[in-house]
Amino acid sequence: MIRLDVNGKSQEVDADPATPLLYVLRDHLQLNGAKFGCGLGQCGACTVLLDGKAVFSCVVPLASAAERRVTTLEGLGTPDKPGRVQRAFITEQAAQCGFCIPGMIMQAQALLEHTPKPSPAEIRSHMSGNLCRCGTHMRIVRAIERASREP
Amino acid sequence: MRTLATLGIVAVMCAACAADPVAPAPSAPARASFDPALVARGAQLSAIGNCQVCHTAAGGRSFAGGRPLETPFGTLYGTNITPDPDSGIGRWSEQAFRRALREGIDREGRHLYPVFPYEYYTRLSDEHIGALYAYIMTREPVQAQNRPHELRPPFNIRGLLGVWKSLYFEPGAFQPDPARSAQWNRGAYLVNGLGHCSACHTPRNFLGAERKDQLFGGGEAEGWYGPALNAASPSPLPWNAEQLFKYLRTGLDEQHAIAAGPMEPVVRNLAVVPEEEVRAMAVYLEALAGPPSEARRKNAEAALALAASAPPGVGRSRELYAAACGVCHDHGRGASSGSALPLALGTAMTIPTSANLLHITLEGIAPPEGQPGRAMPGFANALTDSQVKDLMAYIREHFGRAPAWTDVDAELAKIRKERK
Repeated sequence: MIRLDVNGKSQEVDADPATPLLYVLRDHLQLNGAKFGCGLGQCGACTVLLDGKAVFSCVVPLASAAERRVTTLEGLGTPDKPGRVQRAFITEQAAQCGFCIPGMIMQAQALLEHTPKPSPAEIRSHMSGNLCRCGTHMRIVRAIERASREP
Repeated sequence: MRTLATLGIVAVMCAACAADPVAPAPSAPARASFDPALVARGAQLSAIGNCQVCHTAAGGRSFAGGRPLETPFGTLYGTNITPDPDSGIGRWSEQAFRRALREGIDREGRHLYPVFPYEYYTRLSDEHIGALYAYIMTREPVQAQNRPHELRPPFNIRGLLGVWKSLYFEPGAFQPDPARSAQWNRGAYLVNGLGHCSACHTPRNFLGAERKDQLFGGGEAEGWYGPALNAASPSPLPWNAEQLFKYLRTGLDEQHAIAAGPMEPVVRNLAVVPEEEVRAMAVYLEALAGPPSEARRKNAEAALALAASAPPGVGRSRELYAAACGVCHDHGRGASSGSALPLALGTAMTIPTSANLLHITLEGIAPPEGQPGRAMPGFANALTDSQVKDLMAYIREHFGRAPAWTDVDAELAKIRKERK
């Protein structure tokens, strides 16, 4: 059994320590916010926070997450009460197909926790590892700028 | 102390004996005065010389200087070499420019720090210096004052450089070897001149001079290790000229390496210069390493067998490896781009220091922002220090097949600190 702290809740998981954190979140804990995109740490759809910093959960071994603070999309808010970054993404209609958006939101969350007022260049640089195939990048950047202005 | 004091006295004596200034031109030469073909040739040569990399700050204007370069003696800053008449080199005549490249003396007659690689540029032909001058003098002038170097005493005394030069600097034009092919000579000229490859691939002594007895024996650059390029090459598989060409041209050879760290801008530059220049460099470098010894061939066979089998070992480190690394690097699990190098074939595993593998593991590999290229995610946020150490030990033992590194703790702490 491996003990995980996910969204502030302590949980025990019975899984091989080499299992990717993403599989544990989705298959064991039914937290389906993080998406499986490439499985190779190349696209960012699976981004979650580990101790407040963004990681690609598809290449994070479960063993690495043990006893550390995991935050997923579900930890930022609910459909009724979305968090600050989630609200900004909705307001700017940043999603087209939406598959990359959970990862984008988590990556943006990590940026804003570290740099509350990022410059446009900092936003682009920080988000460069997260890919969107629909091409809503301009809206995503706007959503992050909006979130940085809101309390 | 006594040596330092002596050096200090000599330095003061030498401060006055650098060289006479070259008279400043009243203004920068007009763009139209340069033949466009010469400017175009200069652009290619400048790419081979990697000039822009050290003379441009992150996010700054091209060639306007300001990029820090950490050395054991302190931090030096790339200077403004745009043709701005006041803050750049706009008033430098071609003669002054040539003297800087050949002798390491600026227009005013002061010694230049050898971080500017005049030790190598001294071999350049007049024709090439002329082309470089034409290219640099037709760049956009940028008004930007040079940032003073931050060097520890006594290295902040410029006069000392006169002593340094008399000890270590060997000025002189490239001497072709008539016994070798024209292509080899071309490669030797580029590698040892403009390319200044040995600056990062040769060990240095306590005064920062190349150890000539270990030329191309493996050096250091910006916290990375530049592997040996001579017969002591740590590459599990020997390189041939075709593979070297591919690597230098594209940044990737599937059987040897992907360019990372300070080598990344080098290959980016070599991607846009005439193909025959890069081929010549590859031919020279293949000859430099020489034909592989019997022991090296046996070692290569073992590396290939290892790369084609399941990763060995058991336990916690093996689990970490499987989930974090094996998903792309294991046999039969190539990334969609086909670029994940089997670790048994890479030099980061076999070199004497853990620095390169730590840099790659923590920071990943990424193309420059906004440009396409192969990417590996960094694991700085994902792995704890103890996990990183376990991984290093596992990878070194099983893929490097060499005694454990003793510098992991120190190198890891250094990189973590830089990332803060």
